[in-house]
Amino acid sequence: MTSSLLSVPQARLEALLADYRREVGRQRRQSLLVLAILAILALIAGHVGEVDLNNLFQNISNFTSYFGRIIPKLTFAHFGADVADWYWDIRGWLKLLLDTVLIAYLGTLFGAAGAFMFAFFAAANLAPGNVMRWSIKRIFEFCRTVPDLVFALMFVSAFGLGPLAGILAIGIHSFGTLGKQFTEAIENIDMKPIEGVRSTGSRFVEIVRFGALPQVTSTFASYALLRFEINVRSGSVVGMVGAGGIGQDLFVAIRKFYYTDVSAILLMIIVCVAIIDLVTERIRHRLSGKDHSR
Amino acid sequence: MSARRPLCTEDAGTVLARHQGLFDDSPFRRAATLAAPAGIFGLTIFAVWWLAIPFSQIGPGLASLGKFIALMFPPSSGGHLDLLVKAMGETLAIAFLGTLIATVAAFPISFLAAKNTTPHGVVRFVIRRGLDTIRGVDALIWALVFVGVVGLGPFAGILAIAISDTGALGKLFSEAIESTEERARESVLASGGTSLLAVRFGLLPQILPIIAGQILYYFESNVRSATIIGIVGAGGIGLQLSEQIRTYDFDQVAFAVMMILVTVAIIDWISSKLRFAIIGRRAVG
Repeated sequence: MTSSLLSVPQARLEALLADYRREVGRQRRQSLLVLAILAILALIAGHVGEVDLNNLFQNISNFTSYFGRIIPKLTFAHFGADVADWYWDIRGWLKLLLDTVLIAYLGTLFGAAGAFMFAFFAAANLAPGNVMRWSIKRIFEFCRTVPDLVFALMFVSAFGLGPLAGILAIGIHSFGTLGKQFTEAIENIDMKPIEGVRSTGSRFVEIVRFGALPQVTSTFASYALLRFEINVRSGSVVGMVGAGGIGQDLFVAIRKFYYTDVSAILLMIIVCVAIIDLVTERIRHRLSGKDHSR
Repeated sequence: MSARRPLCTEDAGTVLARHQGLFDDSPFRRAATLAAPAGIFGLTIFAVWWLAIPFSQIGPGLASLGKFIALMFPPSSGGHLDLLVKAMGETLAIAFLGTLIATVAAFPISFLAAKNTTPHGVVRFVIRRGLDTIRGVDALIWALVFVGVVGLGPFAGILAIAISDTGALGKLFSEAIESTEERARESVLASGGTSLLAVRFGLLPQILPIIAGQILYYFESNVRSATIIGIVGAGGIGLQLSEQIRTYDFDQVAFAVMMILVTVAIIDWISSKLRFAIIGRRAVG
């Protein structure tokens, strides 16, 4: 039965099999080498990072009991009263949460506006000068590599406690990340409209406005919306160093072991981020859908 | 200079009249075009009013910011270069081990969370929501929690990064699994392979290059986030950085920031080489 399928001569078959084994063996050796390198790196990192599994296993009960303690006592009989007790400061927290969302909004807006202005000068296919292109790219890189919390700490020292420091810190970080994404979006556009506009003798501004902008507007909006969602999340963290928003209250609750407050505030942040995630995802799908239909 | 010869013998008005349809937008689109900027502008005004942004602080704030920047030059290690190098090493260790543990933990979980490999829809739903919750809490908050569990030091940072990235990588891996081609798996099953073999030979080869790229990307981004979790005492260069900012030692801040920039640039370079090697090998083989 099989002879009709395997009409390869024996010698040829053996040569093929040997080849196959050699190839598999090579791949296996390669994988083992990668694994060995990873293991050595992990050992070094474990030493530098003071990994102490004993400590972890001895204290893991702290971790589990922590979650036991932050879960509020909700009884079925007094459910309403228990929830009211859990969220005793709902008004204040909601106000602070709105603060955080608005800080993230203004930060994203400023970052996106700045990135929008500079990205066209940083894209390889449109930039008027190479020196300018290179320096703008380095500025983007600087703004997104320095953590937003470091900016927040500096701005709190300079501008005082409050939302201004948070807006500026988030804005600068968004400027760096959005600048990179916008630049890449521009570098991926179709060059034919650009050539068309350029052939009419247009200046740089007109080339950007009529050749490039219609191709990238929806991509830009989509990136900015995604960044907004990320910024709401990090806005709740920059608040920890005094840059406004709900982070300060969360930090105090964690540090002072107000257990149920921790879960109450965290849950609010998670739900808020999830809602923003859902809404922006719908808008982004619609934006990209519009792109395809054209 | 000289009078141009008209390319088009008709005037603009006639052309416009002939192709009127191309220039007319539907009323809905026109309204949307107007409403979007108006909404953005209105929300901005509201935000500025609600947050009561003190515009009077901007002037003096910029002045003191200028002073800070002037103090940054020349950057100096302040005599504890060894301390900074050790802290940077800790940062790299946190990022590396955090990503490694997260990968090992997220890999099996992602099979339970993927639509085509999950044992049951309920399992998938529960795991997905669990991953979402873990992801919804920032790594810095996990670091605060773990400092309470294992004490101050980089180990708390490793655990924080490992947990928060398990959420993120679990989601990404399961999406990679869901986007695979079913045929390869089916053909392994059809030739008599067990479902484990089907995953090993039908699914794994499809997702490995994708998840390897994602792991490298997360390692890069973890190097960045590991620089800050030291602020809450979870090891790494963030502790030094935040202390120096609080004590206004801005020459040392500049030095530490430069160390971070150089390290991140080197890591990015290495991982882009690695990513190219992985994808390139796949493209050839």
